[in-house]
Amino acid sequence: MSTAAPPSADSDCAIDVVDLAIRYHGQLALSGVTLKVPAHDIFGVIGPANSGKTSFLRAVNRMDLMTAGMEVSGSVRVEGRDVRSWRNPYALRRRIGVVFPLPVGLPMTIYENVALSSRLRGTRNKADLDVIVERCLRRAALWDEVKDRLDSLGSLLSGGQQQRLTIARALSQDPSILLLDEFSIAVDPVTTMRIEEVLSELKSEMTIVLVTNLVQQARRLASQTAFFLTGELVEVTETEAMFEGAAQDPRTTAYVEGKFG
Amino acid sequence: MTHAADRRDLAWWIDRTMQVLVLAGGLSAIVFIAGIFLFITREGAGFVFDRFDFREFFFSPRWTPTSNHNPTYGALALIAGTASVTGLAMVVSVPFSLGAAIYIGEFATGRVRETLKVLVELLAAIPSVVWGFIGLSIMNPLIIQVFDVPVGLNVLNSGIILGLMAAPIMTTIAEDALKAVPDGYREAAEAMGATRWQVTFKVVLPAARNGLVAATLLGVGRGFGETMAVLMASGHSVNLPTSPFDSVRALTATIAAELGETAAGSDHYQALFTLGIFLFIVTFAINLAADVFVRGGRRKYRRRGRRPAASANP
Repeated sequence: MSTAAPPSADSDCAIDVVDLAIRYHGQLALSGVTLKVPAHDIFGVIGPANSGKTSFLRAVNRMDLMTAGMEVSGSVRVEGRDVRSWRNPYALRRRIGVVFPLPVGLPMTIYENVALSSRLRGTRNKADLDVIVERCLRRAALWDEVKDRLDSLGSLLSGGQQQRLTIARALSQDPSILLLDEFSIAVDPVTTMRIEEVLSELKSEMTIVLVTNLVQQARRLASQTAFFLTGELVEVTETEAMFEGAAQDPRTTAYVEGKFG
Repeated sequence: MTHAADRRDLAWWIDRTMQVLVLAGGLSAIVFIAGIFLFITREGAGFVFDRFDFREFFFSPRWTPTSNHNPTYGALALIAGTASVTGLAMVVSVPFSLGAAIYIGEFATGRVRETLKVLVELLAAIPSVVWGFIGLSIMNPLIIQVFDVPVGLNVLNSGIILGLMAAPIMTTIAEDALKAVPDGYREAAEAMGATRWQVTFKVVLPAARNGLVAATLLGVGRGFGETMAVLMASGHSVNLPTSPFDSVRALTATIAAELGETAAGSDHYQALFTLGIFLFIVTFAINLAADVFVRGGRRKYRRRGRRPAASANP
């Protein structure tokens, strides 16, 4: 996709992780993660709390730079290029959209929330921004609800609306990778289903990594799913197989069947 | 079976007592302020009702209360003195304190940040007479030398001194305002590829705007009320300033310097109290405005509804 990145050996692989380990203040939080996230697909990550799911996402877009005490070892290649080879980490982050567990409507108008990324990029033309804002809000299934009040504060929307606003904002970056971290935690079930529909449409255009605490959500959306447990990657399996009882590890089967977690 | 005395019965009495005590503490603050206002109003009342000439007080620069034939009480020059010194002080302190607050709050990390915070708070504790001393013995010759003017005790001197004096407290309040901006905003903006400065400029500063205005207003209040440093560094001569090199006299400094030499109850004495009433009203208004801004900032970006509890999810 990008001309700047060196040609990738395996163009079907969006994120290639080899022997990733993450420490916080010297304490191991995640280790031995080796996996490949296929391009243009939804990749699920499940596991109970404290299993290292979020740490994994943070390593992908180099959030370790802004987290005191976080150390990353091993290699994470995004679209063929090691994330630590970017001297300017912001250039890497521009290609990766992130949706956090709690919706973050930035303290500006709805319009400005979605236009921010384009403005940071240098787009000044109001007409261009209008087009981008409308397109992203439509794709995040929020347009109809907010089209008449684009000038009201984004932080005053309801939780579910703010989360869709966050998704619209992430889409406005035109990312090739979208990382979602338990996006449905603060969202009602109806809105969750709407966002899930949006995600299944988006996967033709971008790679989506879906970290979720709802195993059924992974089942509905992801083609492959990774199971993390207490800082370890237990396995990566085709999602259907995992839920049909064909998981490689008995702990995975126990987790997806709701026996613990 | 008899019930053993439950510790909570005693706790209930303690609770009631403590509630009354803290209520008394809270009320006493209000009582004292009201008392101070009543006192200065009573002392100045005679002047305000009998002798007070609105036009003279606010529009005449002639402050000659000790004249035998025709004492005049024009406060314009004193108001102009205070305003010019405070204005220049803000020009000095706003960039300094804002820059320091942004550095401490957004860029510095770990030990550097903690050290700086402590240092800034220490600076805020320097007594104003020490600042006045610096104005008198360091700034004065420096200004005479650099600008080639006959006197170095003037608006420039006291403005800079007052600015440096107000900067630490403004820095602390501004930094608090920045700290009140949720980290989620920074993470969200930074995750979309915004640089630190872009995050600061486009997200954090607008979100903290009210707190920053409040910090500035409190600095203004400080400048208005400061006495000793201004008395020492401003030259203390009644003057409508036309340049930063003019000596001026501040409202506060006038009261401090003259009150001891007046007969209690005289026109002069009461006129000084009238200056006090004026100062009280102005600083009260400024502090009230700052408070309104702080509250506005707190309310604006928070939804009133509760958020679902966040699960810790590292």
